[in-house]
Amino acid sequence: MSKRTGRRAARMFAAVAALSLLATACGGGDDAGDDGVAVSLITKNSTNPFFVSMQEGAKKAAEADGVKLTIAAGKEDGDEAGQVQAIEDAIARGDAGILITPNGPGVNPAIKKARDAGLYVIALDTPPDPASTVDITFATDNFKAGELIGKWTAGQLGGKPATIALLDLFNDKIVSVDYNRDQGFLTGMGINTGDAKKNGDEAPSGNYSGGTYTIVCNEPTNGAEDGGRTAMERCLAKNPNVNVVYTINEPAAVGAQKAMQAAGTKDVLVVSVDGGCNGVQQVKNGVINATSQQYPLKMAELGVKAIKQIATGGAKPAVSGGLDFYDTGVALVTDKPATGVESIDTTEGAQLCWGTA
Amino acid sequence: MSTTAQPASTATEQFALRRRSPVQRVQHLLHSYPAISPFLVLVISFVVFSAINPRFSSANSLSLVVQQVAVIGALAVGQTLIILTAGIDLSVGAITILSMMVAAKVAEGGGLPGVLAVAVAVGLGVAAGLLNGALVTRIKLPPFIVTLGTLSVFTALGLLYSRGQSVQAVDMPALLNWTGETFRLGQFRITTGVVLVVALYVVVGFALANTAWGKHVYAVGDDKEAARLAGIRVDRVLLSVYTVAGAIYGLTAWILIGRAGAASPNAITDANLESITAVVIGGTSLFGGRGALLGTLLGALIVGFFRSGLSLAGVDDQYRVLAVGLLVILAVAVDQWIRKVKA
Repeated sequence: MSKRTGRRAARMFAAVAALSLLATACGGGDDAGDDGVAVSLITKNSTNPFFVSMQEGAKKAAEADGVKLTIAAGKEDGDEAGQVQAIEDAIARGDAGILITPNGPGVNPAIKKARDAGLYVIALDTPPDPASTVDITFATDNFKAGELIGKWTAGQLGGKPATIALLDLFNDKIVSVDYNRDQGFLTGMGINTGDAKKNGDEAPSGNYSGGTYTIVCNEPTNGAEDGGRTAMERCLAKNPNVNVVYTINEPAAVGAQKAMQAAGTKDVLVVSVDGGCNGVQQVKNGVINATSQQYPLKMAELGVKAIKQIATGGAKPAVSGGLDFYDTGVALVTDKPATGVESIDTTEGAQLCWGTA
Repeated sequence: MSTTAQPASTATEQFALRRRSPVQRVQHLLHSYPAISPFLVLVISFVVFSAINPRFSSANSLSLVVQQVAVIGALAVGQTLIILTAGIDLSVGAITILSMMVAAKVAEGGGLPGVLAVAVAVGLGVAAGLLNGALVTRIKLPPFIVTLGTLSVFTALGLLYSRGQSVQAVDMPALLNWTGETFRLGQFRITTGVVLVVALYVVVGFALANTAWGKHVYAVGDDKEAARLAGIRVDRVLLSVYTVAGAIYGLTAWILIGRAGAASPNAITDANLESITAVVIGGTSLFGGRGALLGTLLGALIVGFFRSGLSLAGVDDQYRVLAVGLLVILAVAVDQWIRKVKA
């Protein structure tokens, strides 16, 4: 008995060791010609569907444009050292440019080194701080994404009083995605916000563009279903008459809906941001009423094209008007359009969505 | 449901008790019934939070607290078993997520029937627990190191397997969501998942208090060498503890799916620390051998009371984090104090 268990443990060890070897072997794929333009894509991690989709977009563009693409990633969100290594590799390889979703300020010096060495550096999705660390950022306008669902919500309410639950990402970290979407939503509703980089400092009640509003809560969800459910339960405990739920992303919205079902709450408008295939499906199912869709695939495609263009003597990309980054676009996905707010339906949203359903 | 670390005191001990000071008597009482102090904390927090906001003590609000602590409460059962043997499990959340993702994916879109998917979840939990146990008992690695390692291994496998994607409830067989179904019990709203957790406490609590296995678990945690000399097969007991804990994590994966309405690789990010917190506040000694499952239940409820009570009082959530941290320190201090009188 004891010997058998020992052997079993040893066998599992061997399996794990083999797996990690395999993973390393797969990491260094280089299969393009030697005289083409070389680009590195460095994402925060290689497991989040958002980044997986980015990698797919880059691969597609690289193949079409004859660019030699190297894909690297941090081990996890916040892994700066892993990204620094990947940047150093790109410089050593003599790449023409780097596409990076920076994990934090710790990669800034490495980015500077890369630019000094003549590489063109584009940040994708997340601008570094300061934004001028990179040549340009290609990202979703998260404030606008929030604004779209805010405007839609105000339109749907048609003058009714709004009792709002705000389900944010964190309450112990300040993240631009978090406050930009939240503040964008409130602005879209026609509610005055306080500090643009702070959630929860607006007046708890007052007037929105269509009537009066009350904000019940700002609760953190960690952007996951279980967090969304707990957050919504806490909001309903404070005020069961919630009729508008803003959620940081679609998983949080699914959890919130679950809490409302359990509490028997009806006739609530649930709005969200992301537009992943799962999320669009939830809009189709009626779990979410409207979501703002972003385009990670496009960010990577445009990034690869831009570097290829610069390397072959073309013009550099410019930031979008009024912004300090290049806006890769956002679209409202809903099957119940509101007047005055442009939107696409779930069928179209499903064609454009990222990540497998 | 309550279990105590020590067998009934002998006649000489009772004689000695009579000559103790009142402080020593309290110490002895706490030693014999480790669930007393968390019980007092729970009662006091209930009274205080109800006074601040009467809504707190409503059936609706209490139902929610119970539903919210169910998942961590279930995981804490496994964690209690392991801590009782003077070990610690850092891979709680990772095993749960891996079990959950695999179960959901194999059943997605009518792949496997629900019963088999639940069996897969529990089976994976057992396999993972067995691996932890084997590394602890056969290769003699400290539990902290073993589970620190498997924490990464299982987390990575879960993410690789699911590609970071969650599986929605609508794509899964109904049985996987069954744990989220609610029914009314008088004024209270209970989910079937909560019933499963209560059953878990009853079964494991009974096994700890009334079976030879339970006594062995306490004995191994109290003093491994003494237990070995007393003829207890220490390695076998340890292996069984890690395996049972794994099975509990697999079962919890099922409960988590019902609660969240999806299987998400990003769920229960703080499960490791929260389960240890519940165990420690519940009065189980981190040094092994003393504690009660009832205490763990109370510990989980205390954390839930603080979350809900402070939220209803309109207090910033960070004060909840602060208060729970202080409670953990206090609980370990009480444990040390009790230990001193014994020596």
